[in-house]
This record gives sequence, structure tokens and C-alpha cells, in this order.
Amino acid sequence: MAQGHQNSNSSYKAVNEDIYGIISKSGITYYIICGLFGAGAGALFILPWAYQIYVGQGVTGLNVPVFWGIYLVNFVFWVGVAHAGTLISAMLFITETPWRRAISRGAETMTFFALLLVSLFIFIHMGRPWNAYWTFPYPTHRQLWTSFISPLTFDVFAIGTYTTSSVIFLYFGLIPDLAALSHTASGWRKQLYEFLSFGWRGTDAQWYTQNKACMFFSAFIMPLVVSVHSIVSWDFALSIVPGYTKTIFAPYFVTGALLSGLAGVLLMLSTMRAAYPVMKKYITDYHYDRIGMLVLVLSLMWSYLTFVEVATGLYANTSQELEHLKFKIATPPYMYLFALMIFCNSVLPLIYTIRKVRITVFGRFVAPVFILVGMWLERYLIIPNSLSRKFLPWMWHDYSPSWVEISISVGTLMMFISLFMVFVRVFPIIAIFEVKEDLGVPMKSKKHH
Amino acid sequence: MTIFNKVKDKLEDLRRPGYYKKYDHKFTMVIDLDRCNGCGACVAACYAENNLPVVGKDECGKSRALNWIRIERYVEGEYPDVKVKFIPVMCQHCSKAPCEVGCPVYATYHNQDGLNVQVYNRCVGTYTCATYCPYDARRFNWFTYKREKPLDQQYNPDVTVREMGVMEKGTFCIQRIRAAKDKAKDEKRALKDGDVTPSCAQACPTGAMVFGDLNDPESRVSKLAKSPRRFRLLEELNTDPSVIYLKRVMKDGSGTSE
Repeated sequence: MAQGHQNSNSSYKAVNEDIYGIISKSGITYYIICGLFGAGAGALFILPWAYQIYVGQGVTGLNVPVFWGIYLVNFVFWVGVAHAGTLISAMLFITETPWRRAISRGAETMTFFALLLVSLFIFIHMGRPWNAYWTFPYPTHRQLWTSFISPLTFDVFAIGTYTTSSVIFLYFGLIPDLAALSHTASGWRKQLYEFLSFGWRGTDAQWYTQNKACMFFSAFIMPLVVSVHSIVSWDFALSIVPGYTKTIFAPYFVTGALLSGLAGVLLMLSTMRAAYPVMKKYITDYHYDRIGMLVLVLSLMWSYLTFVEVATGLYANTSQELEHLKFKIATPPYMYLFALMIFCNSVLPLIYTIRKVRITVFGRFVAPVFILVGMWLERYLIIPNSLSRKFLPWMWHDYSPSWVEISISVGTLMMFISLFMVFVRVFPIIAIFEVKEDLGVPMKSKKHH
Repeated sequence: MTIFNKVKDKLEDLRRPGYYKKYDHKFTMVIDLDRCNGCGACVAACYAENNLPVVGKDECGKSRALNWIRIERYVEGEYPDVKVKFIPVMCQHCSKAPCEVGCPVYATYHNQDGLNVQVYNRCVGTYTCATYCPYDARRFNWFTYKREKPLDQQYNPDVTVREMGVMEKGTFCIQRIRAAKDKAKDEKRALKDGDVTPSCAQACPTGAMVFGDLNDPESRVSKLAKSPRRFRLLEELNTDPSVIYLKRVMKDGSGTSE
């Protein structure tokens, strides 16, 4: 196989130094940007949320037919973004795709922080978030139990399982890297790495166990990719609301999730490469080329499923379904949002058919932003928009998000970015041992630094 | 076939959450639309009886009025030739309620009277019940609503005052049902027809609303429910609602009282 995915002029030592350099060496600008995003998260997310908890959900734009607003849109959106990490790590791990190695850690980290936001948005959208633990089945003296027929209980288990296994998967991959870095690092970092690497010495038995564990979790997480987002879609599909109750929702949501997740990975890789030029050694055009192909395939699948979703509704020709479709496709301003969604998710990704575009800034950075916007709009057009046109026309009412909802959405995005930036400064964002696997054993004839 | 039936029964059980296989009562309301003149007395009575907050013009404009019963008005035609249709809609107490399926914490379930009840203290506010409800009968406490000083004396002591963040909906005046059952138990007799009258039915000036137990074949609702004029709202959704409407429809599709 042509190994175009790695500029293979590095020795093991150079890999260690490069990646430790990412962690330890960065200018004051990095801290300022990270701090700004953190402060933004505090001002735009924490304070409005505290205000919302204190005053009540009335500060949102929700009203009587539209009870699910952009909090739920963000919830589904971030579940979608979380899917790419698992796709790239687990699926490509099992299929032994070599170009996965340099980017899997970044994608897994994205999954982890996206799932953090997913859990947060469940709390944010609740009327009484301080009682959220009631949704867990725990023994109480009042013998209260959760309802196992509720799609929301499915959600609790799906998201819980997914978060737990993603964290374990991320951590298992980190162990050999932390051990490697503990030799290079000093100060608190050395102590942290030594503690977290649990006395990893790189013996045969340890490598064997680590590989088996990663293999097990890959096989375990892969069905979760499909089931978690199917279950998220069942929050909607198991109701009887026109626009929600569609059998196609599970595959439709999974495809959309993978599409938005891959767009998120492209965006993340491009940003990191811009911030750390040393990464150009490890993340090459070959990666963008391959991910671009995946984006194209998923975009085509998404287009097909969108067509089927609309067409089956039109063919069924029930009055509620037609009313819902009319509202979504033919009523301004939603028709413009629908058109924008189609442009972002179906038309624009067609440029990924051209290899040259896949590796330019446009394919690496601009188009993914559009895809993410399009996927957010898709969820918006499904969740609050369907509720605006339920069965009894007397109760029809439109929805627009209030400043609190918009501020919390932006603030959580800022929190995601700042947490990611902190992670990059503490843990290796490129899997050292996997990159070394690619390099092969260093030959004696090679010049050592 | 027996295995098939067992599985079918099991699945039907799952669709019907709650602890009761057999219900003591099947409380039903019959609303005669040919008698209803849309005056709105039922709405006002409900506000008074159930401690509903009055939220004001702005909140009502945002469609956040906390009315458990509403009169839906539909206007057909252009000015000189106008027809107005109206229908009072409240929680339909569906026997196969979509809302009960959605709640993750059993805050809404079927009680022993066949009523669809809401447990305020258990509600965590996921909105799922309201989203799944095809009748839009559920209302949410967007804020903690409090009545100002002398007005708090109007509170009905038999009804809970709800706090911010919980869902609520029409109850068929469950406090009156409870009181009537207690009284019947004290007098060592079964609940009889006419013991319970929800406030909306009590206030209705034309007597369009009749409340009773459909399990009792001699009750007024059982007799009215056999009327050829009967229909139920959105019956095609298979929610099996407990509110029965009566309306005479002419051959050309128009009603009688328009």
C-alpha cells in the first residue's frame, strides 16, 4: 500500500519531541485565546443558565405547542458531532485502516467533550434540573422507579453507556503515550503522567492486554454508534406528532450524525494544524483526501434519505403530514432555511468529488463549517418546527429562540473550544505509539539526533 | 396461537402504563356541542376551582396561558357568509395516552379511576408528555406564579399550588372525585351517578357538559354515549379519549347550531 499518510522522516525520538512540544511549548497567545473562550463560556453560558434556573424556563422562547426548542436541537447536534470520534477510532481500528492513527486521538477527544455538552443540554432543557437524578433507576425508600417504556429512559442508558465506553476507550489509548511522555516531561506533568499511566513499562503482556482491550472496546462501541443515535431519533419517532413519527428517522439521524461528525473532525484538524505547524508532519493531505471521500459518501446518503423522508410524506397525503411539509418547505422563513440546509448538506459537499478541492483550504475548513450549519438547521427544522404545526390548528404557534437560549448555545460552544484547548495542553493529541507503529522499527543506519 | 396472544397481551400491557389492570371507574365527559354556545363559563370556572394563574396579556400572546380548558373557535368563509365553529377542549384522559408513554419518571400515569393523572412532585420537566400530546392539553409552569395579597385568599384549599418547572393539565376536578368517593365510603355505599360534577360542567349554563362513569350502564353518560351524534376528537389516532362530543351534522356537512 502506498503509505502517503505519513511524512516518514521522523525517528521515535523526534515523534516524542514533536508531540511533547505541542503540549509544553506554546506562546502566551494560546493562553489568551483559551482564557477568552473560557471567560466567554462563563459569561454566555453559566450566568444565563443560573438566571434560567432561578427565574424559570419562561426566559426561553418556548410556548405551548413548541415545548422543545434549540436546547434539544443542540442536544441532537452534539450527539451527532460525538459520533465522528467513534467512527474514526473504532470502525477504522477494526478495519485496520492505517490513516486513522494520526487523527484518532483528536476525534476521540472531540467525542468526549461533545458528550459532555450532550449531558449538559439534557439538564439545561429540563424544567427542574435539580431533580435530574430521578431519571436514573436507583433504590429509594419510596419505591419509585423509572419508566422503561419511555424513549427518554432509553436515552439515559444510551448516552450513559456511550459516554462511559468512550471515556474508557480514550483512556486506554492514552496509557502507553502517557508512559512515553513521563520520560520527557518534568514537574507536575511528570507526576500526572506517571500516576495516570499506572506503571506502564511496555512489556509484552501489557501491550497484549492493551491491544485486546482496545479491540474489545472498538467492537463494543461500533454498534453503539448506530444504536445511540437511533435511540436519540426515537425520542421523536416514537411519538405521534406529524413530522416526528417517521420510520426512517433512525438511519436518517445516524447518517446525519456521521456527516456532521466528520465535518467537525475536518474543522478540528485544520484548526490544530494551523495552530501547530509541526502537525503537518503527521496530518497530511492524504488524511483530508480520505475524510473528504467519506464526507462525500455520507452526504449522498443523507441527500437520499432526505428525499425519501419528504417524498413518503407527500405520497402518504394525510392532511397533518401535508400541513407539516407545507410549513417546513413552502412557508417563509422556514423555506429559506430548508433551501440553505439542502445547499449546505447536499449541493456543497458535491465539490468533494474533486481531489484538488478535498485538500484545499475550502475543502478542509470552509465547506465543513457549512455542513455543520446545515446539520444544525436540519435538527432545527425537525424539532421545534414540527411542533409548531400539530393537530389542532387553534393551538398552532410559532417559535423563535430567546436571547437566553442563543447565549447558552454560543457559550457552550465556547466551553467546548476552551476545554479542548486545555486538553491539548495536557494530553497528547496525536497517538504517539500508533504513529510510531506506522514508522516501523528505526534502523541502525538511520541518523539519530 | 396462544403464544401469539400472550405476546400481544404483554405488548398491550406495555402500551398501557400504570399499576392497574382493571379500573374501578371509567370517568367520562359528554359535551353536547349542539347545546354549547361558546360562552366560556367553563374556562372561568376552571380558573377559579383549580388555582390556575392568570398570566397576563404578554404571556398569553406568547401562547403561554395556563387554561386547562379552552374554547377553540374556527371561522369559515368571508365576511357576510361567515360560519363559526367552536369546541371546548381539555385533557381528553386518553385510555391509551401518548403522554404516559413519554414520561421517564412516571409523573403521568393511569390511576385506579381510569384517569390520566399528573404527579406534580414527581415531574422533572422534560416536556415529553406535552410534546407527545396530540390535543395540546398540557400546560407548563414557566415561572412560579403567585397571586398578590388579597387575591391569595381565593385559592382553593383542596388543590395543590404548582411551582415553577412542572407540567399540569386538566384533571376532571380530581379533588371533587376524591371527596365524593370519601363521602360514599363514609356512607358505606358505591359511588352513584351525579355524585361528582367537575367545575366546568357545574358552570355550564346550557347543561352541555355531563360527567359520569361509563362503567355504570345506568349513568347519564352511558346513555348519551350511545347517541348517533357522538364522535371523539382525533379518534383516528387510536388514543381512546374519555371525552365524547355530540354534534348533529347535516348532509352537506354543516352543523345545526352555526
